[in-house]
Amino acid sequence: MTPDPITDSVLERHGLARDEYNRIVATLGREPNLTELGIFSVMWSEHCSYKSSRVHLKTLPTTGPRVLQGPGENAGAVDIGDGLAAVFKIESHNHPSFIEPYQGAATGVGGIIRDIFTMGARPIALLNSLRFGSLDNPLVRRTMAGVVAGIGGYGNAIGIPTVGGEIGFDESYTGNPLVNVFCLGIARADEIIKGTASGVGNPVYYVGAKTGRDGIHGATMASAEFDEKSADKRPAVQVGDPFMEKLLLEACLEVMKSDTLVGIQDMGAAGLTCSTSEMGSRGGAGVEIDVSLVPQRETAMTPYEIMLSESQERMLLVVKRGREAEVERIFDKWDLHAVRIGEVTTDGRLRVKNHGEVVAEIPNRALTDEAPMYRRPMTTPAYIEAARQLDLASLGTPPSPKETFRRLLASPGIASKRWVYRQYDHMVQTNTLVLPGMGAGAVRVKGTSRALALSVDCNGRFVYLDPYAGAQLAGAEASRNVACAGGLPIGATNCLNFGNPQKPEVMWQFARAVEGMGAACRALDIPITGGNVSLYNETDGRAVLPTPVIGVVGLIEDADRIVKRAFQAEGDIVVLLGESRSELGGSEFLSLVYGKMCGVPPALDLAREAAMQRVLVDGAAAGLIRSAHDCAEGGLAVTLAECCFDSSLGVEIDLPGVADGVTGYRDTATLFGESASRAVVSVSPARLTALVNMAAAAGVPARPIGRVGGNRIRVSIDGRRVIDEVTMAAQHIWETSIGANFELRRAIA
Amino acid sequence: MKFAVVVFPGSNCDHDAYHAITHVLGQDADLVWHKDTSLASADAVILPGGFAHGDYLRTGAIARFSPIMQAVTRFAAAGGPVLGICNGFQVLLEAGLLPGAMLRNRDLHFRCEFLHVRVEQTDTPFTAACQPGQLMQVPIAHGDGNYYAEPEVIARLERNRQVVFRYVSRTGAETDEANPNGSLNNIAGICNEARNVVGLMPHPERACELAVGSADGLVVFESALKWDRSTKSVMGSGVV
Repeated sequence: MTPDPITDSVLERHGLARDEYNRIVATLGREPNLTELGIFSVMWSEHCSYKSSRVHLKTLPTTGPRVLQGPGENAGAVDIGDGLAAVFKIESHNHPSFIEPYQGAATGVGGIIRDIFTMGARPIALLNSLRFGSLDNPLVRRTMAGVVAGIGGYGNAIGIPTVGGEIGFDESYTGNPLVNVFCLGIARADEIIKGTASGVGNPVYYVGAKTGRDGIHGATMASAEFDEKSADKRPAVQVGDPFMEKLLLEACLEVMKSDTLVGIQDMGAAGLTCSTSEMGSRGGAGVEIDVSLVPQRETAMTPYEIMLSESQERMLLVVKRGREAEVERIFDKWDLHAVRIGEVTTDGRLRVKNHGEVVAEIPNRALTDEAPMYRRPMTTPAYIEAARQLDLASLGTPPSPKETFRRLLASPGIASKRWVYRQYDHMVQTNTLVLPGMGAGAVRVKGTSRALALSVDCNGRFVYLDPYAGAQLAGAEASRNVACAGGLPIGATNCLNFGNPQKPEVMWQFARAVEGMGAACRALDIPITGGNVSLYNETDGRAVLPTPVIGVVGLIEDADRIVKRAFQAEGDIVVLLGESRSELGGSEFLSLVYGKMCGVPPALDLAREAAMQRVLVDGAAAGLIRSAHDCAEGGLAVTLAECCFDSSLGVEIDLPGVADGVTGYRDTATLFGESASRAVVSVSPARLTALVNMAAAAGVPARPIGRVGGNRIRVSIDGRRVIDEVTMAAQHIWETSIGANFELRRAIA
Repeated sequence: MKFAVVVFPGSNCDHDAYHAITHVLGQDADLVWHKDTSLASADAVILPGGFAHGDYLRTGAIARFSPIMQAVTRFAAAGGPVLGICNGFQVLLEAGLLPGAMLRNRDLHFRCEFLHVRVEQTDTPFTAACQPGQLMQVPIAHGDGNYYAEPEVIARLERNRQVVFRYVSRTGAETDEANPNGSLNNIAGICNEARNVVGLMPHPERACELAVGSADGLVVFESALKWDRSTKSVMGSGVV
């Protein structure tokens, strides 16, 4: 091992600071060679080491009676009864998706699916949370079309339904879209498999696609900001092969049933390097491999390239000694060839050989648990104070409720995402109980009477204005969404998308958001069992809106009692759970009509939120609630409209005006304000009293506000009619808005 | 009755067909690996949806060479009922068991949604329990479902009453808006001249329970059951 000269420019290319390099030298007791430096650089990258975020993430609630697996493994797992576990996680693929939208998004889907089946779970649902710039920008349309096609291209082929998600739009995402992908699988609780290497002499196997030069330094790329040269980084994006992954999925699940494995891990970010060192570290063991045995797609690859490649659809297995033939036979059936590339050792080191010669030797723990951890400096951002000011009176007279209503329905953040989800197979596996675009996603668990409701949410505007409150609101909204379907929130996973953590203002946003999310999840009793942090989401020095996305899993005991958002029958009584206040801060209304992101986000009382969600869950279980829909972007008016659209019914509503409205903005706040902890539910007249009593017992305001019927959306405030639209006409505005950006413009082009 | 559900590498609706047949219809089904060479004692064969061999070349183009396809071809030639769903339909086209070919959807997008098809013919093993003209609400999920054949082939299909399913509006009208992919004559499914081999792009197996949105597709499998019973009763009476 002759050391190569490690110059400053070599370090910069590897994204390592000089003091980090000194630490490497101290750990090894010598200078690293280039291969070792490469290994350190990817494992100590922000993406793999969480070096800026770990001190904060440790404060999140991660335990609970249902938690079978918390953070630290490939995915989290919670007990859903009948001896089954829901295994789930969310992950980002933001940076690759900007550089090459189709493959970036596709491989994001592939990566999260591998995380789930690696645990021994069969994946049954995908969701995604996406952010783009303005659809007026052709670059953004191209990015979005590519991302959507990539998500579909992978998920459709592999046969896992994409059952829901959310999409937001803001200028800040123009050069840095967010692609967060959530996957959930089902495993037998006692058959969950871990990513661990143990048992000296147990063979280490490589299976799946061959290793190529694609994706080298992907993890490092994901740990840096973008600038005008970013397009040059295209070779660092991997190419997905969903067919290979489908074979891997089926073969791995079959192997796992044979009790021949010690551990298994997919090769995602930092490829072979990450999988070997993490498995060794978790098992307290060493791993020795010879890279010359690794199947290669290209000729003359160096150990450095093989160790750092991020070629997709590859798995690393530690097999019980003596069971090799059984494992090889199963992979052969699927035309996959499992290759033995090394074995487990006692010394706790990652030892990499090339044709027998040692080319790298590093203690596993130095790459994982002992990676750098920073408590980076934080400062309250300068923008906060000014942005939190909102003087409605200075904005002049707002548009009429009718006009605002129509404009909001067409606003991309609110409009139907049908153009998108129609490109996703959302029904394969025949478990989909709620079609996409209709509230939380929901899938039944075959072989049981249960179902799971799933929601991913975040309102970046709220987080921008107040990271602590905004992250709480995200957690509350996601769990409220699953509660609306009748699901008891039992677990969560988060994907924290922020800018450059070396900027104290960004670090402050991050830390405050993590605190807020932790507080919300503690109050709502939802353990966070894992997730992902994506930092450096900046282009040319401008960060995206801080976007801590949270995915919540809700358990519905009786799948037949699932509640949908659509009104069910003429004559049903519409009830508003919760209270409306004059809260337009950070609203879709302000953004759409005045181009403003200002004010304070809606107030959130977590105890009230928890009580309100209990009413939703208990009301569903008791069969009282016929439909339920959360109030979010666009406020009560949009919520009511969406309940009508899904059923083609109309509604006649009379709302009390908000008590604390600003002159001229009382109607606007009543209709379009985004007060938290609210839901619109409908009940048959005979059950109204029972529901109102149930809510009263829980201390939750429940006010009948109208009745389902007719074919118009009619809303009055204190008896004065302010909105009157034919349901079909309003639905047409809502349904065609996003697709028109793509189809029409393509026709013109 | 026993169905054989063929599993190609990349099939992803095999378990859905299996579930519909066993759990909903209450009949037997075997998952038959594509490398097998025998269909054993199956009474009907299903080629399920998915992306066999990844469909990287042309949909179904490689699957037709799987060893099991020789057995499927023999089974079909002997008059056995064969149903190709979505990718399975594409495989039947490539294998020459049904005429025509699939083009990309005309909007170039993969499309997944519920829509309506009309049952045009009831004298096939998979529509025998249908009413003539019956409407079914079933989902599609494909990127290459734009059915094409030479004009004379289309004319022959129509003349021989081989168009089994057609895309229609919710009221049953055969309109261009109801056509999701540009298929000629709104064709959603066809049969061979002997009428025992049927292929369709929509997924009846995904529409067998109200909980997942529709139970209209169940009649396709009930038809196979009815057909099987009538065939066996005829054979049992020694008339054949």
